[in-house]
Amino acid sequence: MKDDDARKSEATSGVSRRDFMKISAVTAAVPLVLGPNVVEAAGEEVAVHGPGKVPVTLNVNGKKLSAQLEPRVTLLDALREQLDLTGAKRVCDRGACGACTVLLDGKPVYGCSVLAIDAQGAKITTIEALTQGDMLTPVMQAFVEHDAQQCGFCTPGFVVATTHFLQQHPKPSADDIRHGLNGNYCRCGTYNGIRAVALAQAGGEQS
Amino acid sequence: MSQFSWPDPATRPLLGKSISRVDGPAKSSGHAKYTYDYNPQGLLAGKILRCPYAHARITSIDTSAAEKMPGVKAVQIIQRPGTEIFWAGDEIVGVAAVDERTVDDALRAIKVEYEVLPHFVSDAEPPKTVAADTGPISVDDFKDMEENQVPDEEVIARIQKSGISFKPEEKDYQSMKGMGVDQAVIAALRKAKFVPAEAKAKSPYKKTAVQTQGTPDQAFASAAAVSEGVYGAPCIVHCCLETHGSASEWPGEKEMVVHISTQNVSGIAAQMAEPLGVPAGNINVLQQNIGGGFGSKFSADRWDINTANLSKAAGGKPVKNMLDRKAEFEVAGMRPSAYARVKIAADKDGKIVAWDSHSWGTGGVGGGGTPPLPYIFEIPNQRKQNTAISTNQGSARAWRAPNHPQAAVITMGAIEDLAAKMKMDPMELILSNLDIAGPRKDTYKEEFAIADELMGWKKNWHQRRDQTAGNIKRGMGLSMHTWGGRGHNSDCDLTIHPDGSVEIKMGTQDLGTGARTIIIIVAADTLGIPMENVNLLYGNNRYPQSGGSGGSTTSGGVTSSTRRAAVEARDELFAKVAPALKAQPEELEAVEGRVRVKGDASRSLSWKEACAKVGAVPLAVGGKNPDKARPPDLTNSGVGGVQMADVSVDIETGIVRVNKMVAVQDCGLVVNVKTAESQVYGALVMGISYALYEEKILDPVTGRMLNPNLEFYRLAGLSDIGELKVHMMTGKGYDERGVIGLAEPPVVSPGASISNAVANAIGVRVPFLPLTPQNVLNALEAAGGWRA
Repeated sequence: MKDDDARKSEATSGVSRRDFMKISAVTAAVPLVLGPNVVEAAGEEVAVHGPGKVPVTLNVNGKKLSAQLEPRVTLLDALREQLDLTGAKRVCDRGACGACTVLLDGKPVYGCSVLAIDAQGAKITTIEALTQGDMLTPVMQAFVEHDAQQCGFCTPGFVVATTHFLQQHPKPSADDIRHGLNGNYCRCGTYNGIRAVALAQAGGEQS
Repeated sequence: MSQFSWPDPATRPLLGKSISRVDGPAKSSGHAKYTYDYNPQGLLAGKILRCPYAHARITSIDTSAAEKMPGVKAVQIIQRPGTEIFWAGDEIVGVAAVDERTVDDALRAIKVEYEVLPHFVSDAEPPKTVAADTGPISVDDFKDMEENQVPDEEVIARIQKSGISFKPEEKDYQSMKGMGVDQAVIAALRKAKFVPAEAKAKSPYKKTAVQTQGTPDQAFASAAAVSEGVYGAPCIVHCCLETHGSASEWPGEKEMVVHISTQNVSGIAAQMAEPLGVPAGNINVLQQNIGGGFGSKFSADRWDINTANLSKAAGGKPVKNMLDRKAEFEVAGMRPSAYARVKIAADKDGKIVAWDSHSWGTGGVGGGGTPPLPYIFEIPNQRKQNTAISTNQGSARAWRAPNHPQAAVITMGAIEDLAAKMKMDPMELILSNLDIAGPRKDTYKEEFAIADELMGWKKNWHQRRDQTAGNIKRGMGLSMHTWGGRGHNSDCDLTIHPDGSVEIKMGTQDLGTGARTIIIIVAADTLGIPMENVNLLYGNNRYPQSGGSGGSTTSGGVTSSTRRAAVEARDELFAKVAPALKAQPEELEAVEGRVRVKGDASRSLSWKEACAKVGAVPLAVGGKNPDKARPPDLTNSGVGGVQMADVSVDIETGIVRVNKMVAVQDCGLVVNVKTAESQVYGALVMGISYALYEEKILDPVTGRMLNPNLEFYRLAGLSDIGELKVHMMTGKGYDERGVIGLAEPPVVSPGASISNAVANAIGVRVPFLPLTPQNVLNALEAAGGWRA
């Protein structure tokens, strides 16, 4: 799957043109295998994908990207391995910690708990698409200001979650924050800063 | 002669201010790259088949089916048939393949047969019949003491007293030196008497001889108050969010590059050289960001060696293996448990006069660390004994402030219970015993006064057992802690380029503590230039060596070497610039981006103009720590801190909530207030987490960890932390001590202070952490229920 000459080792802020062209080219070269088999199960017709690779088209950060993926590949792994979008992290790998938070049609989801094939047709937004060039968003700027990060491994997930939370709760109460930002874990213990970020964005005082 | 000492408070443009970390934008925008994110051309996925049994012998391994699978690039047996395995999750076979799915399939195709052997995983109180072990120190005993950071004096005393049952060779001494074993300990080993180990019946228990000081029996007999209790904390794990692991590749036959998640960039090559059969100088170690270490990431582990071997077998292609969460929990380190049965006594004036403890705990197969009991207080009459329990589980690794949090839970719990027995405010009891609280006693006194104010302790403290009606009982508890932290060895190169840019190279790492920010602060402060002018190159073992980040030694080390290099570079620059300003070099100063004659702004050059005088060759200076030739010592050892907790306990459900915590902390000269405070806030959160939720639960039947995942190994979330107040001690009495690291001390006290607050609220001691509903309700029931 990995096309040697098109892969890059350097950090990038998103999907490069080369990645995109490479992935498209792979799709074009693949013979017509595909589409699910249909089997009958419990009296109903069920589409069976795989077990081999199947074509998957994802709408990531405003770009349509096609790749050949096994149906068991999670959205998180597809983003990280195929598209080199490494902001979302795999930490618990089972929907407990929120480090892999991305937006699916504008709603935060745990990327480890969504299959890539199931994310087709949805608008996928990762942390990399939140910045405009080098410009931090106000939420990111506030994370820096309030030192709401230490090792930084949970930070992208928290930034995506906080960004969405503040869109939903522009004037959050302390209680809103406790509930709304409780879906992500941090091991360094940056919650005090994150709480301050949410309150500051709301124009409030830290309680 | 250059003045290397820290600048006067009046002339510190950046030092001691509150400055945002330089790595903040990259982290908050998701662009910061970790080992886990390394994703080069042709990357292969590596993974390891692990032993499912807690104790077993491998009888056969068949990898033939896996080797034939499409996409599999290399298969390597790590431990061969015949090998005895001592913990579940130990490494058996490593596989590299084109992607993780293929590796998973290949691991499933490998057939390993085991002879299952009996295991032991309980760290419950040892039977009273266990006899003390006075035999010589084995190589495992020694490793265990070093891994658990038993104080050097104690290790030396035990070596001298009991002799050793192993014969280290010269290369062993060299490797110990490389791992940071103290010179005095190595000297003691060299002189140690060799005593052959006696054959004895296999027992998981290793009991030390009784240590006595003073006359404990008489002191207890004549005491005005005696309190007895059981206290302790279970095994917990580090739970780094970025798991352990590395990516290796071989650009040449004898040349390797490893990206590794490590606290020890400069120390990894030496550890990999021998097992891989390449000179350390041919191994390039790289790391820009690390997703948590907490003491568990100093070594190149067996899986890292395997990753490098798989890469070699796959023709040098890059292979990356980051542990999955389950393996991280089972094999990548844990904090040893420690429990104790304690008797403590005071005289009628509230002077603590006697201590008696039998402690026990496990740190895996090697036994466990001995908590430094009694903690902080040099109680005149003592009797102590410890039993280390060997259990079939992955070994302990240093966990922030090794042994201190456990010692605090035990000692501060006993002191709180003694105060309750005497109907005294525990703060009063502690204040009246500060004369035996060691070298930081004056610091504690100042800190308690501040903490009292921030918490409203005297105003709100009540006698044990909240008399308020209803289910919710409120209480307050406190604790105190100490740590060493003298700066580690650190070298750096600092270069001033003729265009005015400044570059520092240092083989260090930043665990999220703010290390890179304080290095840049010190350089920019010394040179009188903006931080943006300083480019720090780090995270590469080809840069000057800097120590591993452990024991709160990094801040002291890296700021000292940077300061020395920056002062010397600045003074060399002054020498080159002085003629142009018609002044003597010692009349010059570098401030606000200019080099000028002190007190005469009209005679100045911009920093850039000044640097142009350097000539064609950049001005390069080396800095190091320690450095007797360039005094003074810029770092120090020994800090004190106090913490207070306010909790609510629901006596019907057993749920404990932290309402508020206060931390007052000393760490000498604070370089950056913002990141220093973050360390303390973070420690409070981590402390609330281990106080209320964390426990590594081992199943006695299977010997496996029952909760190796983040659903059942619970961490504190944002809703669990309550209000947090942090106060850093600064100014006179602190600044002039020099820079001291801060990672360990503030994480010591939360468990003890929260446990004490719960006891104050419900009137009953919950003996062991974590303070889960089950443990709280059990303690209440053992006391006959709330109404009893």
